[in-house]
Amino acid sequence: MIVNEQVAVDHGLKKDEYAKICKLLKRTPNITELGIFSAMWNEHCSYKSSRLHLKKLPTKGKKVIQGPGENAGVIDIEDNDAIVFKIESHNHPSFIEPYQGAATGVGGIMRDVFTMGARPIANLNSIHFGSPQHKKTKNLLRGVVHGIGGYGNCMGVPTIAGQTSFDSSYNGNILVNAMTLGLVKKNKIFYSKAAGLNKPVIYVGSKTGRDGIHGASMASASFDEKIEEKKPTVQVGDPFTEKLLLEACLELMAGDSIIAIQDMGAAGLTSSSIEMASKGKLGIEINLNKVPCREAKMTPYEIMLSESQERMLIVLENGKEEQAKKIFDKWNLDFAVIGKTTKSKKIELYFDEEKVADIPVNTLVENSPMYDRKWKKTKLPKKNKIKKEDIKYLKIIDVLKKILANPNICSKEWIWQQYDHTVMGDTIQKPGGDAGVVRVHGTDKAVAASVDSSAVYCWAHPLTGGKQVVCESFRNLVSVGAKPIAITNCLNFGSPENEENMGEFVECVQGIGEASEYLKFPVVSGNVSFYNQTKDEGIKPTPTIGGVGLIKDYKNMITMDFKEVDNLVLVIGKTEGHIDQSLFSRTILDEKNGPPPEVNLF
Amino acid sequence: MKSSVITFPGSNCDRDMDVALKKFGFKNKMVWHADAELPKSDLVVLPGGFSYGDYLRCGSMASKSKIMQSVINFANSGGMVMGICNGFQILVETGLVPGVLLRNKYLEFICKNVFVKINNKQNKYFKSVNNEVLEFHIAHNEGNYFCTQDQLKEIEDNNQIAINYCDENGKIEDQFNPNGSIKNIAGIFNKEKNVLGMMPHPERMIDTSLSGEDGSLFFKNLIKNLK
Repeated sequence: MIVNEQVAVDHGLKKDEYAKICKLLKRTPNITELGIFSAMWNEHCSYKSSRLHLKKLPTKGKKVIQGPGENAGVIDIEDNDAIVFKIESHNHPSFIEPYQGAATGVGGIMRDVFTMGARPIANLNSIHFGSPQHKKTKNLLRGVVHGIGGYGNCMGVPTIAGQTSFDSSYNGNILVNAMTLGLVKKNKIFYSKAAGLNKPVIYVGSKTGRDGIHGASMASASFDEKIEEKKPTVQVGDPFTEKLLLEACLELMAGDSIIAIQDMGAAGLTSSSIEMASKGKLGIEINLNKVPCREAKMTPYEIMLSESQERMLIVLENGKEEQAKKIFDKWNLDFAVIGKTTKSKKIELYFDEEKVADIPVNTLVENSPMYDRKWKKTKLPKKNKIKKEDIKYLKIIDVLKKILANPNICSKEWIWQQYDHTVMGDTIQKPGGDAGVVRVHGTDKAVAASVDSSAVYCWAHPLTGGKQVVCESFRNLVSVGAKPIAITNCLNFGSPENEENMGEFVECVQGIGEASEYLKFPVVSGNVSFYNQTKDEGIKPTPTIGGVGLIKDYKNMITMDFKEVDNLVLVIGKTEGHIDQSLFSRTILDEKNGPPPEVNLF
Repeated sequence: MKSSVITFPGSNCDRDMDVALKKFGFKNKMVWHADAELPKSDLVVLPGGFSYGDYLRCGSMASKSKIMQSVINFANSGGMVMGICNGFQILVETGLVPGVLLRNKYLEFICKNVFVKINNKQNKYFKSVNNEVLEFHIAHNEGNYFCTQDQLKEIEDNNQIAINYCDENGKIEDQFNPNGSIKNIAGIFNKEKNVLGMMPHPERMIDTSLSGEDGSLFFKNLIKNLK
């Protein structure tokens, strides 16, 4: 296939981006190379619209072992124990194919965590749907819940907390954010940085198929009426293989043969091999004929861009291949030496004894586009004056009943009962409270985790909304008796090419940054999901915050249920009577405007 | 007392069972599905999970694993074999206990506490348990016990029903049946009562900080009866 500007545009690249590629390579790329560039330079992988702003987030702290930039963040919970955690979005695939989209979202985030050597000990999720009356909502909700359960339950990792909301702004774009926490010994954390020359590059896990090709590019575009045609870009999950992969990887990690390890997530073999080479300032050479394929006659292009799930790339110490292969054989998983590290600082691919790609690694990573997008500031809306006659005829009991029956407030037990939340035998606070809590197995310690977002506040005033979500996460952890340590964030927004949406992003990030700086609650990992829009209509800005805290003695954990008759009930903090953007104001008074409650960090 | 827990590919309650057995005094060994020989055991446990991903039919492929021939021989010679959840599904696939396990009636996975009434205490599993009703925990998608009318008659005639879903007072009614099981059956024995298959997970009920403590009662009693 001849590559030209039109082919590049069809791959989601902009014309000037294509020109830049030709200039960097000093030639026209072939189709495999173009595919690799399009995968690495799309919004999902390159963070080209967000990088500039994410740099401003506080990411350091006494307890931070690893901040953003690795597969997941890592924090210290003392006694040589560490928690690895991250949240990630799988919004676009879940809207196209809810079961597989949600399932592979859960699978992907668990892989990010066990890639670092940690055994996953808890899952959480934050899911957002359109109006309950919308014709698609019921099916999407059912599919997503079954998908999350189908994957997490099979893996044997408890789902300990979550959040479900409904708002018509998600009618054409649902959100599925999945978070995983893993436990690891501080001296046994694995990273993705390759090191050493001529080290064998190993492929393990499932075979590569034609599923999920261009998944990451799909996630970097808006939806239109042809969305159903994108179904083949959704990956298909196999939690059984992932469970085997988890056990096999942890078994191999108990030894000392791994130099670097990286899961094949978005953009599959392409991004995993390039990230490892880039971090190690090395080159990598791969013989694509050695890649285990599920289907016959797969081309280099397809092999490099497949997003088949449950696969890992490992750089091993020389001479450890046999020992490692034995472990993967035991677990019935594919194991293949597919290449080696080189000093060329290039990614060089061979297929049928021909060189099919030859790209300097830095052109894909450091030279990837970075945009300072135009953005618009949101003014603080004026407070509404509520007239007495508006509320005069309201009966408190009727209002209370209506609010408690609201889909955003009512019990979600019917959802979380479909998730195994007790497997592993350490869940001491189940879903339904302020935060989920699991014990650190065999110790007195426990880890609390919560996911929060408040799209309405972020929509009304992004800066305040951003602060508010971080504070809410902090309060939820404190409410169960935990000391908050750090957060991960999943930033779900509309198109960065739209000034208003970009403004919402910039100001929410600023709010998140201010609050986490003040509370010493740093951001250690996260992900950005743009283009959550159908045609020109974007979602309400929905940054999701996943907070993690430590309870030193789990017997001191606090639960929210009333314990005895005649106990005193106290309210801490001043009740200012702020009513704008409350559920009461929005649903009972039908007043959608006004500022969110002010956040006072001090 | 020596126990063995079999790990199949996809088992995920094997560690939890190991923790529970050791807590109550068993010397437990983990046994790999591809091994041929069972270590000397007073109790063999097939744990919960998703052996072989529940592909084909829950428990079906695991029932053909290499180790299972030894487990079947052990059971047929009177050895104590207990299958929990996926382990129960494996047991029905081997034919060691009668019947099958269908998908839950409402087609959803269910994870929650339930009450079960002990139907038969003339066996080493439940002998001298003081309570009539235990609070256990279930987490499954295919726990809807089914068998033919003839099989049911035989099961009842031989007093093979171990536990039934009920309310906290032991009332066995449809409304307390979480998955549509025939006669609210939550667990059954083989004829000789040395093999027990049940959906609830006693290993998740061994600590007041967890879902409850009736699992502790079960294991304490079990090791006492085996001595």
